[in-house]
Amino acid sequence: MIATALFIFVGCSLWSVLYSFTSSKSLPRERFVGLKQYDRLFDSSRWMESMENIAIYGLCALVFSLGVGFLLAVAMDQKIRFENTFRTIFLYPFALSFIVTGLVWQWVLNADFGIQQVIRDIGFTTFEFNLLASREYSIYALVIAGLWQGTGFVMALMLAGLRSIDQEIWKASRVDGIPAWRTYLFIVIPMMRPVFITTLVIIASGIVKVYDLVVALTGGGPGISSEMPAKYVYDYMFGRANLGQALAASTVMLSTVLIILIPWAYLEFSEKKGDSHA
Amino acid sequence: MLEAGPHGTKPRRIVSPHNIMLYGFLIVAALYWLLPLYVMVVTSLKGMPEIRLGNIFAPPVEVTFAPWAKAWDSACTGLYCEGLKVGFWNSIRILVPSVVISIVIASVNGYALSFWRFKGSEVFFTILIFGAFIPYQVLIYPLVIILRELGLFSTLGGVILVHTIFGMPILTLLFRNYFASVPVELFKAARVDGAGFWRIFFQIMLPMSLPIFVVAIILQVTGIWNDFLFGVIYAGTRNFPMTVQLNNIVNSTQGVKEYNVNMAATLLTGALPLIVYFISGKLFVRGIAAGAVKG
Amino acid sequence: MSSVVINELSLNFGNVEVLKSLNLDVAEGEFLVLLGPSGCGKSTLLNCIAGLLDVSAGQVIINGINVTWEEPKDRGIGMVFQSYALYPQMTVEKNLSFGLRVAGLPRKEIRDRVDRAAEILQIGALLKRKPGALSGGQRQRVAIGRALVRDVDVFLFDEPLSNLDAKLRTDLRVELKRLHQRLGNTMIYVTHDQIEALTLADRIAIMKDGLIQQLDTPLGIYNRPENRFVAGFIGSPGMNFMQGLLECSDDQWQFSTEGLTMSLQDYQFTREPVQGTPVEFGIRPEHILIGDNAASQPIQSVIDIELIEPMGADTVVWSKLGGSSFTLRVDSEAVLSKDQSLPVGFSAARASIFSSADGLRV
Repeated sequence: MIATALFIFVGCSLWSVLYSFTSSKSLPRERFVGLKQYDRLFDSSRWMESMENIAIYGLCALVFSLGVGFLLAVAMDQKIRFENTFRTIFLYPFALSFIVTGLVWQWVLNADFGIQQVIRDIGFTTFEFNLLASREYSIYALVIAGLWQGTGFVMALMLAGLRSIDQEIWKASRVDGIPAWRTYLFIVIPMMRPVFITTLVIIASGIVKVYDLVVALTGGGPGISSEMPAKYVYDYMFGRANLGQALAASTVMLSTVLIILIPWAYLEFSEKKGDSHA
Repeated sequence: MLEAGPHGTKPRRIVSPHNIMLYGFLIVAALYWLLPLYVMVVTSLKGMPEIRLGNIFAPPVEVTFAPWAKAWDSACTGLYCEGLKVGFWNSIRILVPSVVISIVIASVNGYALSFWRFKGSEVFFTILIFGAFIPYQVLIYPLVIILRELGLFSTLGGVILVHTIFGMPILTLLFRNYFASVPVELFKAARVDGAGFWRIFFQIMLPMSLPIFVVAIILQVTGIWNDFLFGVIYAGTRNFPMTVQLNNIVNSTQGVKEYNVNMAATLLTGALPLIVYFISGKLFVRGIAAGAVKG
Repeated sequence: MSSVVINELSLNFGNVEVLKSLNLDVAEGEFLVLLGPSGCGKSTLLNCIAGLLDVSAGQVIINGINVTWEEPKDRGIGMVFQSYALYPQMTVEKNLSFGLRVAGLPRKEIRDRVDRAAEILQIGALLKRKPGALSGGQRQRVAIGRALVRDVDVFLFDEPLSNLDAKLRTDLRVELKRLHQRLGNTMIYVTHDQIEALTLADRIAIMKDGLIQQLDTPLGIYNRPENRFVAGFIGSPGMNFMQGLLECSDDQWQFSTEGLTMSLQDYQFTREPVQGTPVEFGIRPEHILIGDNAASQPIQSVIDIELIEPMGADTVVWSKLGGSSFTLRVDSEAVLSKDQSLPVGFSAARASIFSSADGLRV
């Protein structure tokens, strides 16, 4: 079992990294060309656009899903009525696939029938909200759809974190006369640091992989304005039969994830061991 | 005797600025989350002329189930016009074996990892963490080669194998964490009673781990059903799962766009994970949280 | 003057009555302990006094001010919790001063109060540390300090020593008593530990099912329990009970159970006894004498020793009398062996008799 896991997860990754230094086209070939694939990769406008897009998408997705997710969790934690109903509503998109998510939003954002047209029908005839046709803003369509799918999950994680805080902390802060917002800001959020970090890592590693959503919602367009790295890999691997390029791109993705992952894994697991064996 | 002045429950205004802000925020958020579902449902029940005339939020004037029938039975996925039913049965054929196999293997793995300190268990654990987070893109092509060598590329068996492999890290970690919470004394007592690896697993651990199996099933069923990438790469055209067929129906460039059929098809594809979600309720939350968070 | 007054206080969670129209009057400077088994409502009552729970009916009056609808911070109370509830990301100093800074007190005032609390509790050296770096006892001291800096008249303690190990608990118990003597504040203290209650309290309120069963000094509760529940709850090992009947012969009241009749000549009746009432006769293990001392007692019998438990300071002997289990606490020097017959004697003056019908003292 260990050998299998080692072979597949480590062996295959290493194979991909290795062949990213070759000039493989439709089939892998051991003709090593050094960093040439990487040179071409970073010269490619499509790749650079992908990198820029994932930076925008990643930043927006992180900030808003963490921010909105936390606010929703705080709201849910106020002993509200219909808590289960609200939870169900916020979380159901997470059960849906990115394909379904992408197609729904493609329809909602449709220029001729969707939100734009609805608001024009009300009387704002010059209203412009056509993200899908805009080179500049198509990436934000992905953000909106991605947040719709994933924020409920962040909320659930945050709510679990809030609920795990000792109720006596809240009592103590009430006796001390500390207003609720200051308790959240200065006591609860610092206490939830591990939850935030873990959530961050999960969202981040999901962002790097984003592929289906692009395929379903924008197809990377208009033009190349909403391309993403994972789609670049797939297209060069299977569509354009340029394996070397695809593998170089995937290696860059792997490095990015490792940069996020290693410090976190180090923190998370070394801390835990310290606790359990102390 | 009560004195003068306040007594009993402090009166609270139901309509306070605090409550207005709180529920206002929740309701606005709920609308954002519900809107697409509502739009999907009403669109799928309208005829095309009505869609062209009205707006997407208007409820159907004339309810029709024809789009649903077409989506299921005769919508065109590019080459064939057999509807989503083909994809549905493909997805089922992929789903059932993948879920069963991956959970069987992962539960034994997780049990072994948490109770039997074997040589290399630390390495194994590290590989699993690595495997749970690395982008699939680095593994795609090597797996294509391996499946070709095994003669499984573009077959149901191939895609099932891939799902089993990619489900392994997260599921094993899930089971490991669950078994790690079982008191180790129980395990020691069983060993003192002379039970071995398999006996302890089947007679002691399995009966007490039903909840975690449910969580694992939820995780795998939604995950595999919603997969697109592996289906499109490894399953082969004849075995495309429902998500791939759905995308082909909606995003095919030929012919006139039938939005009502598209939305019916989208709902049909989302139906199974939604049903799983509504039935499992809190377990779903626990499942995704457990599967994703703790190592 | 009364420091804390509870007037007909009730609390319901849905249909469950947690507190049932309680009345309680705590004098200024008094150390009152709320004692009872878990689920009796003692912590709930404390939370109502603190204002952390909204009452369903009744009033809470602190220092003559009706605070039933006031926020906890405006009630003039400080509170110490079982889990300490220290803010983990702040240093001890910040923990102590956070509430004061939020309240906008002058910086000098804050420093003076923190220094004074640190001096009283001897935590001056810990001020720059975070709670994670403190031991359980130190954390609890900081938690007490947080109540102290609030400069209030009433301290509320919610099982503050339950998370500590036995040795530390004893140490901190003594310190708490010293603190009370030094400060002279009113303290209301919730615990399920009867030793804590007996050692700390000026008065103990024993609670069960949302009602106060008895409110009295520790010795009063110990020696003259008002009902069967209080008698059985206080004391370890517990009071011995025998079921039987009250009988009167020749103007002398007697308690009779199977094969045994005891004279109640020395017993002070609380209520007028009635012929033939079914009752329970209770006597504490330490009030039973053996050997030569037994001979001088008005009630005498002989028991067979079933089990001997040496406890160090004394020895507990298990036996049977009148069909019920019977324990006695004897000097650890006494030479005893299993199955030995032992003459025992006691006096009804130290006994408690409860009606079987309503459990009240007769």
